[in-house]
Amino acid sequence: MSMRLFELMLWAAGNTLFLSIVSIAIGLAIGLVICAARLSPSAALRWPAVAFISFFRGVPLLVQLLLIYNLLPVLGLMVPSTVAALIGLSLCTAAYQAENLRGGFASVPRGLMEAADMVGLNAWQQFRRIRAPIALRLTLPALVNEAILILKASSLVSVVGVIELTRMAQNLSASTYKPLLFYAVAGGLYLAMNWTLAGAGSLTERLVRTGRA
Amino acid sequence: MNFDFALILAQLPAILSGLRLTVLIWVASTFGGLLLGFLVATVRQFGPGWAGALLRVVVEILRGTPFLVQIFLLYFGGPAIGLRLDPIPAGLIGLTVYGAAYFSEIFRAGFRAIPPGHVEAAECVGLTRRQIVLRILLPEMTMLVLPQCVNMTILLVKETAVLSIITVPEMTMVIGAIGSQQYAFVEAMFLLALFYWLLVEICGWLGRFSERRLSKFRFS
Repeated sequence: MSMRLFELMLWAAGNTLFLSIVSIAIGLAIGLVICAARLSPSAALRWPAVAFISFFRGVPLLVQLLLIYNLLPVLGLMVPSTVAALIGLSLCTAAYQAENLRGGFASVPRGLMEAADMVGLNAWQQFRRIRAPIALRLTLPALVNEAILILKASSLVSVVGVIELTRMAQNLSASTYKPLLFYAVAGGLYLAMNWTLAGAGSLTERLVRTGRA
Repeated sequence: MNFDFALILAQLPAILSGLRLTVLIWVASTFGGLLLGFLVATVRQFGPGWAGALLRVVVEILRGTPFLVQIFLLYFGGPAIGLRLDPIPAGLIGLTVYGAAYFSEIFRAGFRAIPPGHVEAAECVGLTRRQIVLRILLPEMTMLVLPQCVNMTILLVKETAVLSIITVPEMTMVIGAIGSQQYAFVEAMFLLALFYWLLVEICGWLGRFSERRLSKFRFS
């Protein structure tokens, strides 16, 4: 493989990274809202959240992407395929992150909240100063896992025509008749990105355990 | 915007054949993956060091790369080294091996969770290594690993959809094709989502049911 082609693969890997990071970030924001709705005492908020989580966790991402990609034009929204892909990835990861966060909030020690009550913090202060920071810290390792999952899952957006790592490997395989080489290189680049993420993950886990994150 | 599901449901026989293939591939790759995964975990735990190291690399690669890239490598890259497979066998092999990598990690964690005293006791009464694995570790582990195996099984049913990309005529491909022919792609995808959601819910329900039934065997 010539240097020029390898550079193209690297550029595409960058695009994969971009799609993953953006959708993880948007997914975290949506996930927080979904999680709040899921834990709300009002059934009118809780049930849509349950349905959202059940749908996005129960349906293959490929089907979600095809659905969103084809549904948007029907709804009158003409957006580039990258945007459709980002919407699909973000909504899917939001469902998983909402569940992770729910686990995090559930593991905040009850005694801490009682203590916060005692010193007279109101509900918002309790959330902002105690529950949210602790829950986020507890879900950090799960967030890294989710990032790795999304990095791999983002390969599916190649199907709706977004030029990321997998699609680039597909295109170069087709034009050079060397599928073995390009898919192996793509696999290697995914591995390199995932191992870097996993390394960052075990580092955060160590920092969390020693209370420095 | 008006949805017309009748256009798609008119093709019921084709839809049912796609559904059947999805379920067949799912069940076959789950059982194959469980078996192969258990074998890999056993070799890594008790086998020779070089085999364990080799399997570790293979498992890391399988878990670190997207399933789509693996299946492309097998289906499109295979012929370059003389491995020519039809879509269905390629899909079955790919999904089984992919599942086995994850199942093997679940089993390895299961092995580690069993109190060493149990194995020592078995050694004391003179059980062979094979007997220890099959009669002590496997039964004790079943309850421990069941929830994660159910999760993985659910993941596998969703991964079968990816096989449509290499033209395996399973549910996603069949319903997608009908949707395009009938100019009702969005309806088709909604129906498809509903089918997968039902499969996943049934699988989750079966998992919870068997967990309840097996909970009497829990040792800790």
